[in-house]
Amino acid sequence: MRGVDVTLVEKGNLTHGTTGRMHGLLHSGGRYAVADQASAKECVEENFILRDIASHCVEETGGLFVKRPEDDESYFQAKLQGCLDCDIPAEVLTGREARAREPYLADDIEKAITVPDGAVDPFRLCVANAAGALDHGATVMTHAEVTDILVEAGEVVGAEVRHGDGPRTSGRQPGSTDRIVADHVVNATGAWAGRVGAMAGVDVEVRPSKGVMTVMNTRQVDTVVNRCRPKGDADIVVPHETACILGTTDEEVDDPEDYPEHRWEVDLMIDTLAELVPILKKARTLRSFWGVRPLYEPPGTGTEDPTDITRDFFLLDHGDRDGLPGMTSIVGGKLTTYRMMAEQISDHVCGKLGVSAACRTAAEPLPGSHDIGRLHEMMDEFGLRSPVSRRSAQRLGSRTEEVLQTSGPNPVVCGCEGVTRAEVRDAIDDVGAELNAVRLRTRASMGTCQGGFCCHQIAAELAPDHSAATARTALDDLYQERWKGQRHALWGEQLSQAMLNHMLHATSMNRDADPARFDTEVSYDAFDPGRPTKETPVAADGGRPDGSEDRWR
Amino acid sequence: MAITSDVLVIGGGLAGVTAAVSAAREGADVRLISHKHSTMQQASGLIDALGYLPPTGDDAELTPTAGRTGAMDQRATPEGPLPEPFAAVDRLPEGHPYRLVGAEALRSGLALFDEMVDSYHGAHTDRNALVPTFGGSVKPTARYPASVAGGLASDGAPMLVVGFRSLAAFDARQVAGQLRETGVPFSVAGRELTLPAGLADDMTPTRVAHALDRDERLDGTPARAALAALIEPHLDAVKGGAARVGLPACLGDERVEAVCEELSDRLGARVFEIPMGPPSLPGLRLSDRLYESLDEAGVRYETGNPVVGVETDADGRVDAVLVDRKGTEIPYGADGIVLATGGLVGKGLDSDREGVREPVLGCHVPHPAERYEWYVDDVFGDQPYARFGVATDERLRPLDAAGGVQFPNVHVAGATLGGADVAREKSASGVSLATGVVAGRQAAKVAATGVVG
Repeated sequence: MRGVDVTLVEKGNLTHGTTGRMHGLLHSGGRYAVADQASAKECVEENFILRDIASHCVEETGGLFVKRPEDDESYFQAKLQGCLDCDIPAEVLTGREARAREPYLADDIEKAITVPDGAVDPFRLCVANAAGALDHGATVMTHAEVTDILVEAGEVVGAEVRHGDGPRTSGRQPGSTDRIVADHVVNATGAWAGRVGAMAGVDVEVRPSKGVMTVMNTRQVDTVVNRCRPKGDADIVVPHETACILGTTDEEVDDPEDYPEHRWEVDLMIDTLAELVPILKKARTLRSFWGVRPLYEPPGTGTEDPTDITRDFFLLDHGDRDGLPGMTSIVGGKLTTYRMMAEQISDHVCGKLGVSAACRTAAEPLPGSHDIGRLHEMMDEFGLRSPVSRRSAQRLGSRTEEVLQTSGPNPVVCGCEGVTRAEVRDAIDDVGAELNAVRLRTRASMGTCQGGFCCHQIAAELAPDHSAATARTALDDLYQERWKGQRHALWGEQLSQAMLNHMLHATSMNRDADPARFDTEVSYDAFDPGRPTKETPVAADGGRPDGSEDRWR
Repeated sequence: MAITSDVLVIGGGLAGVTAAVSAAREGADVRLISHKHSTMQQASGLIDALGYLPPTGDDAELTPTAGRTGAMDQRATPEGPLPEPFAAVDRLPEGHPYRLVGAEALRSGLALFDEMVDSYHGAHTDRNALVPTFGGSVKPTARYPASVAGGLASDGAPMLVVGFRSLAAFDARQVAGQLRETGVPFSVAGRELTLPAGLADDMTPTRVAHALDRDERLDGTPARAALAALIEPHLDAVKGGAARVGLPACLGDERVEAVCEELSDRLGARVFEIPMGPPSLPGLRLSDRLYESLDEAGVRYETGNPVVGVETDADGRVDAVLVDRKGTEIPYGADGIVLATGGLVGKGLDSDREGVREPVLGCHVPHPAERYEWYVDDVFGDQPYARFGVATDERLRPLDAAGGVQFPNVHVAGATLGGADVAREKSASGVSLATGVVAGRQAAKVAATGVVG
């Protein structure tokens, strides 16, 4: 947007790291209004900007900070005052008023503070940003992992990337490498920033901290519900699309890609948050997932508990800081302030490059966000049944017409989430045969059945452009990914669902033992060639041809 | 007022019906009660007996980690597809229902099935058949509907697979491509077609089945003729011309065989069905047929009311179960009881974060106390949860935690039994038939002799 030639590289698909593994809260800043007011102010400012520029990615749910009898009254007052200090619109509700708004709140909730929390779809938001970047001439390379930062004569001059197997790498062999030369390199890799820094020989002290998020089958609440107490695990319920997400824990980990996922974390979510919303104890849990916060604190701060580390972000110019010009890292922060972080790093880089154009991202809508009024017309125009059409339109924003304008039948491919063929095909056109990326764009396979009834239907949409073998691998990957999160929700109805999925995929489709996936050759001759055509009384070997006795007679 | 019978069967799926008919054939007065519709509409309608010996022994890990994905390429090769089901029974894990009742019970179960359901093929041989699946693979099965018979993979006749654009269940081009990769001994091509107006708009398999069953007029043309005309130009898509045409299993309801025959005549190629997922027409047809055989065997049955309690004597013998009929608890007394309430899918097994239960009688269900040992990371691995169910003695009487018989006059059948991963073994229906026959006979014996155990 400012005339700079930019290449974005990402090791996985978009949102591969922490962005795709968050609870979907668009912060009002209320959470930080007591202990971290600088972050709180940034949050509320950005919250209102995102409602404008990314309206199709944000649901304005509002939020509540609720107080239980055992929660500290002085903290409640401090929270209220903190919100007012930070210009976060806040009002106090009585327990009765709070329950009138959210009927499933516990009877002993005493009171609540309303704040403008919201729900944000990080996938849609990230894709919309990438689409905007492409529109303005940027290059976006996914599945391109940085393997080295190029340093020449004491200066960063670019990066080496290794191409993987995935979309947007067309023309480049998986496993091949590229050297991308740049005037300036931005390290915006979150929890991975330390690793990328190390490639250039600089220390970036990120402190990755994991948190669990547990997905419920339906929206037990329509408002973000926070617990009003200083800090603690399991203190938020975020309504998100068709589900609710419970969060979270905060535990430092060594490796942002490999850390234990504990049962106690899941149990804690359900048991503790049931104190706010008792029905959660009996509700159906679909899956759990973990994300890793990219926390950062300046060297020497030495905070012990990751919960106390600031949520603020930091811009580290390695020229100033480490005597290594040509690279800047941006660390810390949170999704709600992503745009502000991007603006600051862009300002910084533009300053280095002598570009004087101003940043316009706070005012210019992201692709799909403008003209929201058209959405409802789209429903009628494409003759789609509500709520499928309504949800398609919500997901697609102002791209609805373009995407749904297809010839031929447009059946629902994912019944739980109401995703039609046109949407799935549109996503496949965009990302290729990577069905996890299709899932993130469309929400297909993210509902109650966790893909059991639709993964194969999504894979069927790969025909005829992709081979049967490609489709099979893509299906395996998606089905396995869906299983990964369900492992943390295997009881009650979801265990029954898992068994039903197992029966459908192993029994009815024989996907587990498909001869196509193993080396063994099938001797087709050894099997039943069919009933003899000349009908003779059937020689029933349901009898006992070997003369053995039936001991049950 | 108590309702009594010699034998009471709880559960109306394949195992329950088999047990009821088998007990009735022993001369017992049999009553069957079923709370909900059976899960048969979710099953393909194929009668699998035993098709694979899947690899066993994946470690259940206590703590998953973010880095572990359970990659498929690490999976051991299953033994199979097995050309016939009986010989491999002895090599199944100990405690498997087939190990308890033996291959002869499977033969008896299949024989009874053949008598109950005359529209199925497969009884002419001991061998398994390989049938194309809607996922584009082939799978071994012991009995298959006549409407499916044209698709056998051991037949070398060139095949055209047809899909409908308005049905998202599969893409025929992809199914054909997948079939080729399994090494099938015939040439195969796939074509995706758009159904005539009137069906295309709001197509469900059931809707199409009814239109074909009744041969409804679509734009003035009878549905069967219209469908044949749609397919006819594509027969040459296969090298040498298609000798058979596979369609999603929605070719009719009661009159599916007549529909297949008419379509075959019109096309000059055998038209067959590829069994699908839910809602499965072949599963529904089979369910209907089985309920007819209950009538034929003189079994009284009722559906819709749950069992809410149980009355036992001092020895653990179940005298009666309490059935909730519109808010009133009615005791249903019987000498012999068959428990065939299904597994995790049919709600014959229930669970929460603390454990797994058999909710109707409270039979003991062995399972790891640690919930994170109920699964393994590979979705198609040796999943402990898939084997959950009641453990029994050889007479299918439930065992308590100490290994003693928990209810001496109760016999357990079908998916309620533990010890089998019927999905990977392709043995679900066979287990229901074999244990259904044995449980039914055992319960009838209890009723006739008054002796339990």
